[in-house]
Amino acid sequence: MLKTLRQIASIGIVSEPPPESDDSLRVHAGLQDQIRAVLGRALCIRHIDAGSCNGCELEIQALNNPIYNLEGLGIRFVASPRHADLLLVTGPVSRHMEGAVRRTYEATPDPKLVVALGDCGCTGGIFGESYASRGRISNVIPVDVAVPGCPPSPTRILQGILAALSRSPTRASR
Amino acid sequence: MTVQEWLAGSLRQPGAPGLRALLVSGDQWRRIAEDMAAAGARLGPLWSSSTQETGPLVHAAYLTQGSGLVLALPLTDPDNPYPGIEDLFPAAARMQRAIADLSGLRSTATDSRTWLSHGAWPRTYRPLVDPPLSQLATEPGGNAYDFVRVEGDGVHEIAVGPVHAGTIEPGHFRFSVVGEKVLKLEERLGYVHKGIEQRFTQLPLLQGHKLAARVSGDSAVAFSWAYCQALEGIADGEIPRRAAWLRALYLELERIANHLGDLGALGNDAGFAFGLMQFSRLKEYLLRSNQEVLGQRYLLDAIVPGGTARDLTRPGVVSLGKRIREIESEVGRLRTIYEEHAGVRDRFTGAGTVSAELAAQLGLTGLAGRSSAQPFDLRVDMPCQPYQEITVKKVVLSDGDVAARVAIRFDELRESCRLIQYILGALPEGAHCTPVRLPEEDILGVGLIEGWRGPVWIALQAGPAGTIRRCHPHDPSWQNWPALEHAIIGNIVPDFPLINKSFNLSYSGHDL
Repeated sequence: MLKTLRQIASIGIVSEPPPESDDSLRVHAGLQDQIRAVLGRALCIRHIDAGSCNGCELEIQALNNPIYNLEGLGIRFVASPRHADLLLVTGPVSRHMEGAVRRTYEATPDPKLVVALGDCGCTGGIFGESYASRGRISNVIPVDVAVPGCPPSPTRILQGILAALSRSPTRASR
Repeated sequence: MTVQEWLAGSLRQPGAPGLRALLVSGDQWRRIAEDMAAAGARLGPLWSSSTQETGPLVHAAYLTQGSGLVLALPLTDPDNPYPGIEDLFPAAARMQRAIADLSGLRSTATDSRTWLSHGAWPRTYRPLVDPPLSQLATEPGGNAYDFVRVEGDGVHEIAVGPVHAGTIEPGHFRFSVVGEKVLKLEERLGYVHKGIEQRFTQLPLLQGHKLAARVSGDSAVAFSWAYCQALEGIADGEIPRRAAWLRALYLELERIANHLGDLGALGNDAGFAFGLMQFSRLKEYLLRSNQEVLGQRYLLDAIVPGGTARDLTRPGVVSLGKRIREIESEVGRLRTIYEEHAGVRDRFTGAGTVSAELAAQLGLTGLAGRSSAQPFDLRVDMPCQPYQEITVKKVVLSDGDVAARVAIRFDELRESCRLIQYILGALPEGAHCTPVRLPEEDILGVGLIEGWRGPVWIALQAGPAGTIRRCHPHDPSWQNWPALEHAIIGNIVPDFPLINKSFNLSYSGHDL
């Protein structure tokens, strides 16, 4: 116990300030104001791996390390889409996950946001479209923010999540 | 016949050192499997291929003491099932089903359920034989699956997935339980099947390493190295000494990054969030060093045919060395904390035990195998360059429980830190990359690398004019997923996440 406490004390607080949101990642504007009005920044995220190589998952997990300290911003991952405000979706959508992705989207209460993550989520990436892959996330469910990268760094993911949340400069219709 | 006699009649297999090749008949296919099983050999991948000259073939690769044998069985009558070997090597069962799903070649095994196909494409469509589909039904087909039912007083089922509660990959687990105790677990995988093997055939041969790195993102170095090893094998390409050493550096960095992540997550799953915070902090520092020195946090594009994508500078050597020293000393401190924590020890010890006997029977491989007294590590048993010059200390434990799989990660992490310091100190001078010429068509090359999870295989055949005829990647998860079904028996449902994490198997690497 003493060693644990000593370790905690000697490391101290390592969290870094969050990056600014990057509004250029937004592909849809409109919902953000509504959600922000209700939630402020207290956001619940449900992650869906729709067919990823698991590279993006590693960087999503990094958001919970003490350096990015996602929960410190009021944002947390939840275990059910019914508790979620935002779906963070990775991978090209495999045809075997297509139904699960749709059902998860439908189970998420409105208003909801969708962030497509990684080159595969944005374009289908190296896997593309095939007998087994539907390609990009927006081929299956509507996407608000798309964060490219293979995998995108935690900072980029955070910028994307914050862009989904931040006040939209111009209201566009869906 | 003995394994030695079979090996005596074999030819050199291009690719990883120590591999031999043998063309066999259906009768020999079965006899070799029996002799291999009797000699305690282990089954690697099982896959199919086809060329115009030979028609369809099935292949199997075995590992024996210090060498490996890659078999090719031509199927003169593809409608006639080839002899299954699932009674001798249980891991073959799912691979045989996968071959049937993707290339229509059936084995004599009785389980005729599909494995990688969930009915999203027509049953008659063979993705690895027929041309790519241009038109698909917009709605995926039915995915009913015959789970084996456990019946009796008080038995009920818990269905989990494919979408799980955490940030992990999708798969379905069907538990049959009484109270909290698990009587049976049946896995259903294939949810992230995205057509990787067909996709390979649409890429240029000299670009295939990029897709290989994305078979399972956490094993990017192992897969891209295995791909390049197979390619360089069939192209008769020697890589510069420095390139081989840099590849080993990347492989050990990948091992450390994954072990750090797992050690944190395992602490967390045992209710010790402190562990997750400490280890994920160290992992982040390592990834930042990767970014600074190698230009990437995860080394997805670090290995290229002929060598590595970039060289390591002198300041890079110093900076990496410093980081690894820090990590090694901090992990040592954290290990003491894990070992002295009564609550953590209680959760780890005796959970998810796979006995040495069961491990041998199931062919449990890699890190999980070494935790259950299966003393195999390719870096020692069949070393490729530079492991022929760098002596790796093999770690083998025997308890086979979560505690052993945690301890082995601590041991291997420390060993990888030592290897990295050695590599950084003795890195040969010279070029880091050399051009690779295009190989002849249809020669089989086999790459084999000990990734952090276990042996990673790539079987590669070139097509005409720099194309890929066939590429089959094999993740050790194929061997270890079935073992997880055994490891959970008799444990309680709430221990499943911990036990599952202690194996940390790949879905993407398995589902392809």
